[in-house]
Amino acid sequence: MAAGIGGRTVSSAFAPIRLWLLLPSWVVIGFFLLIPVLLILVYSFLTKEFRGGVIWDFTLAAYDQFLFDRGLFGDDPPTIQWTYITIFVRSILQAAVATVLCLLIGFPTAWYIATRAARMRSIWLFLVTVPYWVNLLIRTVSMKFLIRENGPLNEFLLALGIIDSPLEIINTDIAVQLGLFYSYLPFMVLPIYAAVERYNFALSEAGADLYAGRWTIMREIVLPVVKPGIIAGCILVFVPSLGAFLAPDLLGGAKNFMIGSLIEEQFKGQAGNWPFGAASSMILLSMVLVVLFFYARGQAREQV
Amino acid sequence: MVTETKPPAVGIRSACKDYGSFTALRSVSFDISDNEFFTLLGPSGCGKTTLLRMIAGFEGITDGAIFLYGEEIENLPPDRRPVNTVFQNYSLFPHMDVAENVGFGLRMLGWTKGDIAARVKQMIALVKLEDFAHRRPAQLSGGQQQRVALARAMAPRPKVLLLDEPLSALDLKLRQNMREELKALQQETGITFIFVTHDQEEALSMSDRIAVMSAGEVQQIGSPEEIYEFPVNRFVADFIGDTNMLEAEVQQVGEGFVTCQIGDAQLTAVASQAVTQGQKGWLSIRPERLTIASDGLPATVEQTIYLGTDTQILARIEGGLNLRVRAQNDGARLAQGDCIFLNVADGAARFLVE
Repeated sequence: MAAGIGGRTVSSAFAPIRLWLLLPSWVVIGFFLLIPVLLILVYSFLTKEFRGGVIWDFTLAAYDQFLFDRGLFGDDPPTIQWTYITIFVRSILQAAVATVLCLLIGFPTAWYIATRAARMRSIWLFLVTVPYWVNLLIRTVSMKFLIRENGPLNEFLLALGIIDSPLEIINTDIAVQLGLFYSYLPFMVLPIYAAVERYNFALSEAGADLYAGRWTIMREIVLPVVKPGIIAGCILVFVPSLGAFLAPDLLGGAKNFMIGSLIEEQFKGQAGNWPFGAASSMILLSMVLVVLFFYARGQAREQV
Repeated sequence: MVTETKPPAVGIRSACKDYGSFTALRSVSFDISDNEFFTLLGPSGCGKTTLLRMIAGFEGITDGAIFLYGEEIENLPPDRRPVNTVFQNYSLFPHMDVAENVGFGLRMLGWTKGDIAARVKQMIALVKLEDFAHRRPAQLSGGQQQRVALARAMAPRPKVLLLDEPLSALDLKLRQNMREELKALQQETGITFIFVTHDQEEALSMSDRIAVMSAGEVQQIGSPEEIYEFPVNRFVADFIGDTNMLEAEVQQVGEGFVTCQIGDAQLTAVASQAVTQGQKGWLSIRPERLTIASDGLPATVEQTIYLGTDTQILARIEGGLNLRVRAQNDGARLAQGDCIFLNVADGAARFLVE
């Protein structure tokens, strides 16, 4: 309890000044976060205009279109529309797999970096972030080039005689996974690195002193203590993976459609349906919020 | 204390620790008896913590051997050594409550749930934390965390308990209370304690025996009285307690004593080892062994410092040397410039070599 009340010592006489000092933050958050989200929310309840844009008529049509199939002319009895739900489920699965993959590779990476000498740590961290100096689109296209049918990867494997015919990676789920993994790995590495770097290795010594073997120490002491970093990394990978559209578009092809691409389509070009895109965004947003809500509640319980 | 049937609790044989650029321990050998409260005392960097960590298994040994009740252990990993440690900053597991912390070692040893619960309850009662069993370490005060660390380390009934400056993070009052409690705990449980500290008062008040260490070597091993009254060299005399350390040269070698010139006066001193005439060294005289008398060394009062139960007097003797004197406060007051005589108690002056 004592740890939780720090920072409450500013006397109430400073309260007005504090409000003024917070104003810039509120303006930024309001303009760039609250207003756009509210706009999307409002748009999701409007009627679509055929060349993009909206007509200011309130309707639930966008949500209805997402969930129900009412036939070609809209007068059949409603049945569940599986197309979009399937895209959502597949997106969640893809994002979950990408998160697990990033965790499996990211944790040992972060551990390795955090346990180097201080000077080497900054070099390794720099190397991890180097790809981020290149635009995501370029990186994704490079990945496409790398794994295509007669790309360097296949030629290399063929030359070594490991495979007889080129692997068909491009336009599969595996390609999408590769893209997501490559795009978001540092988001896993950095928070875990921060947690491991703060970890007090005397705790591991205490574990060994109390008869715990190496794996037990890892499972019972290290992992619980660095858990906040792991969860932060998972959220930072899962959330953008769920809404990603570059990797699925460029690497996954038409049949590996994800939520991000679905939404992107609605706002792009003449065929767009803004209210439908907005509604899809709101559904995606609420799913993310539900996940974060349960996480926050779990955290709050642990702090008691 | 060592009986013929039982090997010593811990036997250190020519233990060395070399870090390449720095030698932490140079061939240290000694035995620690069963049931003993043994203290490794020395300034920081003397190798005391390194030695403790070698016994625990956190540091490898460069050369030599370590025995635990006759069994050679220096190549066992820490989780295979039946010793437990109380860490300097406690290293309590932050995600476990008090009971889980105390029970951790027992769980690792494969005790049954019922046995663990009973032992945890017993240990928590022993350190008087019954009301805090379900608190996390962050919700406890420093003194309470200290108790949890003790209970956690003692729960698996270690053959030897290692304590790495366990009191240094506590405030003075708490530290003094914990000293008494630690001593009582050790006597109650009969576990051999190896206690590391840089605080000589702590060492003197708790230990059965003390090993005074400096620069990776053991300077002297003995009871608190022996260490304090009969230091074997200048370092020990200087490090333990307060003393007047005067440069001296042996004038005359007698039977069991030597005579030295101090200022204009001749002083008889006990030599800590065989010396020869003309040998240079140091005379150590504890301030409380100097008394103000009706005759003796003539001196002038330079300064007095009132310390409550006694007063420290800085007295200049003929020849220009300053001596510190501890005198009980008995109502008499001395002022700067007063002429006094100092009497050196029999056997109080010790001739020491470097």
